[in-house]
Amino acid sequence: MGRAPATVAAGASPGARWSTLGRWARAAGRQIGSVLFTLLGLLALTFFMGRMLPIDPVISIVGEQADQATYDMVRHQLGLDQPLYTQFWIFIRDMLTGHFGNALFTGHPVAQDLARVFPATIELASFAIIIGVGIGVPLGILAAVYRDSLLDHAARVVGLLGYSSPSFWLGLMGLIVFYAWLGWVGGPGRIDVFYIDVIQPHTGLMLVDSLIDGEYEVFRNVFSHIVLPGTILGYGSMAYISRMTRSFMLEQLGQEYVIAARVKGLSRWRVIWRHAFRNILVQLITVIALAYAFLLEGAVLTETVFAWPGFGRYLVSGLLAGDMNAVLPCVLIVGIIFVALNLIADALYRLLDPRTR
Amino acid sequence: MSTTAAPPPTLPAPGLRRWLRAEITTSPTHARLQRFYFSWLRFRSNPMAMIGLIILLGLVLVAIFAPLLAPRGFNAQSLDHRLLPPSATNWFGTDELGRDIYSRIVYGARITLYISSLVAVIAAPIGLAVGTTAGYFGGWTDTVLMRINDIFLSFPGLILALGFVAALGPGIGNAIIAISLTAWPAIARLARAETLTIRNSDYIAAIRIQGASSLRIILRHIVPMCIPSVVVRITLNMAGIILTAAGLGFLGLGAQPPMPEWGAMLSTGRQNMMGAWWIAAVPGLAILFTSLAFNLFGDGLRDVLDPRSE
Repeated sequence: MGRAPATVAAGASPGARWSTLGRWARAAGRQIGSVLFTLLGLLALTFFMGRMLPIDPVISIVGEQADQATYDMVRHQLGLDQPLYTQFWIFIRDMLTGHFGNALFTGHPVAQDLARVFPATIELASFAIIIGVGIGVPLGILAAVYRDSLLDHAARVVGLLGYSSPSFWLGLMGLIVFYAWLGWVGGPGRIDVFYIDVIQPHTGLMLVDSLIDGEYEVFRNVFSHIVLPGTILGYGSMAYISRMTRSFMLEQLGQEYVIAARVKGLSRWRVIWRHAFRNILVQLITVIALAYAFLLEGAVLTETVFAWPGFGRYLVSGLLAGDMNAVLPCVLIVGIIFVALNLIADALYRLLDPRTR
Repeated sequence: MSTTAAPPPTLPAPGLRRWLRAEITTSPTHARLQRFYFSWLRFRSNPMAMIGLIILLGLVLVAIFAPLLAPRGFNAQSLDHRLLPPSATNWFGTDELGRDIYSRIVYGARITLYISSLVAVIAAPIGLAVGTTAGYFGGWTDTVLMRINDIFLSFPGLILALGFVAALGPGIGNAIIAISLTAWPAIARLARAETLTIRNSDYIAAIRIQGASSLRIILRHIVPMCIPSVVVRITLNMAGIILTAAGLGFLGLGAQPPMPEWGAMLSTGRQNMMGAWWIAAVPGLAILFTSLAFNLFGDGLRDVLDPRSE
């Protein structure tokens, strides 16, 4: 459709509004289409993983000795006698409606298991992101402001070590030093056995639950358990966030408005805080959303080290048991969370940055 | 006392250096070598990058000469000497089966290099093929290939590798396949971007008019242009690849014991680490130094090949 001729000024205004709306609708449509395609791709990829198994899943259930009739029956029950596209359709339907089936290694429905383990991971990841943002952002700003100073170099080394060190090894060393040698922190797990069932699971986040119940002793115990895995998990995101903050900040500080503001007589920190930092906020939120998504990946290893009863350990247990029923939904969910967080970051970017309007 | 003190211009070292610094190059090889030499000079002036390079070269030497450097075999058990702390005879101590940890670390360098080089050899061609094809043809080919690429990128690397290992079964070979499957999309994206910048250039048009097939143009004229940036990207990603491989080994899904893979060593050392810290400390330090070296080296390489960054 061509653009309406601008004959009358009064008529042009609603027309322009409609065309803006159309552009928005088309952009939204494209976005939704691309998300749907990615979702379908995630499903196809996990479906493909499930069918790649070198072992015949039927034999692993009925055993080598089973007769043909039993074999065929189980094969039919699993839906493996259906054509591949029907199997894929059933897979999509089950995954989207939350019918993940039973996890063989726990004996419970996977959906129920996931609902049980997810709060532990959310609590750990949130603790980690608080560490990552709380230290990473100020460190990045200071490193940019005092560029090439001792602090800048120190921040770079700390960041480099964060990128390069295996998080599971840091966890092991942390346990040796702070738990076995110094006794400063609680050991593996979320809470001492002694305190289990003292607090009610209101939110599933033990730090919050213990505060709601007013059990400060429990809170202290839970905190002593989360502080080490949370800090080590947060170290990685701190390295990433401080590096990104530094480079965003350097870009702002090199611009002329900063000099202009200084010339007008504003103090240095006022310019940094009120002007430069405000301008990097949007980019920073995108980075933090991404960092949070990556914490899910780090949680797999950290939770294994600290026997943290969360999502990552559940996934690893499923993997070691060769239980695809449990593994595939986990992989799929991480993919969906990743796509969703990217989408949210993108939406925030559009919403907060006036230039994208 | 002779007056013919001026050194002859054919002395090998200064002569070579002068030839490399010549203002007018005489052949394509000359020009290429000269560019390489200048890049090397720039790289050499970066001390951190040089440290990375030296660690990596040391690692390669250790891997090659492992049988000479290791005082004992990597699986030589000695149950009388279990869990000994580091000493003059066992530099890094011994593990729960009395194996010399230093010897195992030395042999482990071979496994780490084996994994990382195989991942590079598998992932780079796949990424190059997909990226250049998508970039060169554009249109629907581009859309479809890049959508597939996005799907792979929408999983964090370790989770995707875990999924593939779950499907393929644990083991070092399957771990390498799984990591390669997670490493190619980043390369494909880069190769596509490079291809987009050169596909409309005159020399490509000239070759096309001469009747070269698309395959020939991509293979002979586009891929070579993409290789430098792909090499940098692979080097930078190598740190992550090594951490993922070690993570898989640690989870018991990569290299299997008794293979002296560093991640797997950490995993078996866990039971005894509270009393014998060296079992956990040493393999982790080996992983840390290797991944640190790749990060330093990769950063230096990027600064040389892409002066815009920094």
